[in-house]
Amino acid sequence: MSAHPPPRDEVPGVAGRPRRRWWTARRVDSLAGYLFIAPQVLGSIVFVLVPLGMVFYYSLHEWNVLAGTFHFVGLDNYRQLAEDPNTPSVLRATAFFSAGLVVLDLALALLLAVLLNQKIRGIAFFRLLFFSPVVVSVVAWSIVWGFLLQDNGGVNGILHAIGIDGPNWLRQGGTSIVSIILVQVFKNVGLNMVLFLAAMQGVPPQLHEAAQLDGAGAWTRFWRITMPMISPTILLASIITIAGSLQMFAQVSVLTQGGPGNATNVLVYYLYQQAFQFHHFGYGATLAVLLFGIVLALTLVQWRMRRKWVMYEV
Amino acid sequence: MRSSLSARAKVVLYGLLCVLCLPFVFPAWWMVTSSFKPIGDIFGYPPSLLPGTWQLSAYRDVFTLQPFARQYLNSLYIAAIVTVGTVAVSALAGYAFARIRFRGANVLFLVILAGLLVPSEATIVPLFQLFRSLHLVDTHWPLILVPVLGAPSVLATFIMRQFFIALPDELEQAACLDGLGRFGMFWRVALPLSRPALAAVTIFTFLQSWNLYLEPIVYLSTPDKFTLPQALTQYVDSYGGAMWNVQLAASSLTAVPMLIVFVIAQRQFIQGLAHTGITG
Repeated sequence: MSAHPPPRDEVPGVAGRPRRRWWTARRVDSLAGYLFIAPQVLGSIVFVLVPLGMVFYYSLHEWNVLAGTFHFVGLDNYRQLAEDPNTPSVLRATAFFSAGLVVLDLALALLLAVLLNQKIRGIAFFRLLFFSPVVVSVVAWSIVWGFLLQDNGGVNGILHAIGIDGPNWLRQGGTSIVSIILVQVFKNVGLNMVLFLAAMQGVPPQLHEAAQLDGAGAWTRFWRITMPMISPTILLASIITIAGSLQMFAQVSVLTQGGPGNATNVLVYYLYQQAFQFHHFGYGATLAVLLFGIVLALTLVQWRMRRKWVMYEV
Repeated sequence: MRSSLSARAKVVLYGLLCVLCLPFVFPAWWMVTSSFKPIGDIFGYPPSLLPGTWQLSAYRDVFTLQPFARQYLNSLYIAAIVTVGTVAVSALAGYAFARIRFRGANVLFLVILAGLLVPSEATIVPLFQLFRSLHLVDTHWPLILVPVLGAPSVLATFIMRQFFIALPDELEQAACLDGLGRFGMFWRVALPLSRPALAAVTIFTFLQSWNLYLEPIVYLSTPDKFTLPQALTQYVDSYGGAMWNVQLAASSLTAVPMLIVFVIAQRQFIQGLAHTGITG
């Protein structure tokens, strides 16, 4: 790996040399390595690892920033978490969001990738259209959809025109969750679409040709050839999408503020409310521990699962 | 795929694509056109695709109700510094982890990779406390320091490392014979070859900073210091109701320049983001 020729100074058994120089070429090179990584390593310690440790420490304290109270309470915050009447609904909303988002996002991305993997005129233009929301900021995208989903907004206007009486999307429990999921799917599905498209174009055409000769139809070839061949990409996309689904703060904040009731109050939003609106830093830290635990558990599960359904490693 | 489709299949395909692209295209159209509509027409029925009368007052209000130009500048300059800083930090670290052998490299790499497992929401409480004790709350420092040095730049480092690993050894051996030191090899040999990776890191870092929402609303309280996403949500009347046409005008001013840059540099955007697979 190292590009330097073997450092002469370190060749053992060189006679007639009472003292070797300490600054050998290898040591100078190591020093360069340490200097190059220093900002990133120090930054990770100061802004990631230490704060992560502090989150655990704070979660053992009753800490109200406004009142200026800070004292050790042991596991009281965790007891509160278990007894908090909001906990079940927050966890339910979070799970629903993640599951709904991953399923819909991956399914639509696959469909779009299949449709756009055809050689017809104008296909590049459509690819551009489907991808474009990715570069629009989440808040701007959410504001526009919030506008469209008002009771008398554009979506219901279109539905009315074709004879359907649309619901007040963001003010009812069931439709508000589905609305936020769909808004996020439309925002980011272009990303997974491009990933899948690249993976599909990497499948050797001979496989399809051979299967076709054996009489396999398009449907069979998709499930027996395309899907197994792009399974590593599907795993990657699902990991990224699940991680992102746990961080849907801006969408919830702009569209529903967690409502109606607690229907769309996901964990990151509840954490923000407790810490920065109600000034319960200790309890907020406890929710952060829960969030970290969920991310860690999901990552481990996905890592285990990859052997089961991914055909080969990238 | 290579097999050409029948004419009927083509018609079905185009039809399907046109229907499917509605939720992707319609919002942008609706955002821009509604921002020119008089407030009374904005929820008019039947919904009209174009304003009956074009009106610019919403755009005037964007700038009179808030220091919007200042906020625009804040977002731009923060995103620019974060991007340059992240590229510098991640290119150096990625290069070292890929090409230099030193003791403890594997352990230190794991220390950094831990950042990928920690969502930024999970550490916001201690980070807020840290910046509060440094008297840096209501300044732009937290929005710059954390992304450049903390978890968000880890993915950038990972991407740069993957790219540098693939460079052939011979290049650096030749550079070494020419008397270049480590920094010279990095600066004159490796970096010029890594344009695709640099483009990818640049684009996703810029978008990520541009999109940041939780951090600004946690750290900033003075309207003069707000960033764009935060400012967009502040156009509300005295009852807390959204001033839709002003919000839509401000959103248009935020989104349209980005869309234009995207159309111009679409190849870099799509490849770059597909490389990294993430955005806000």
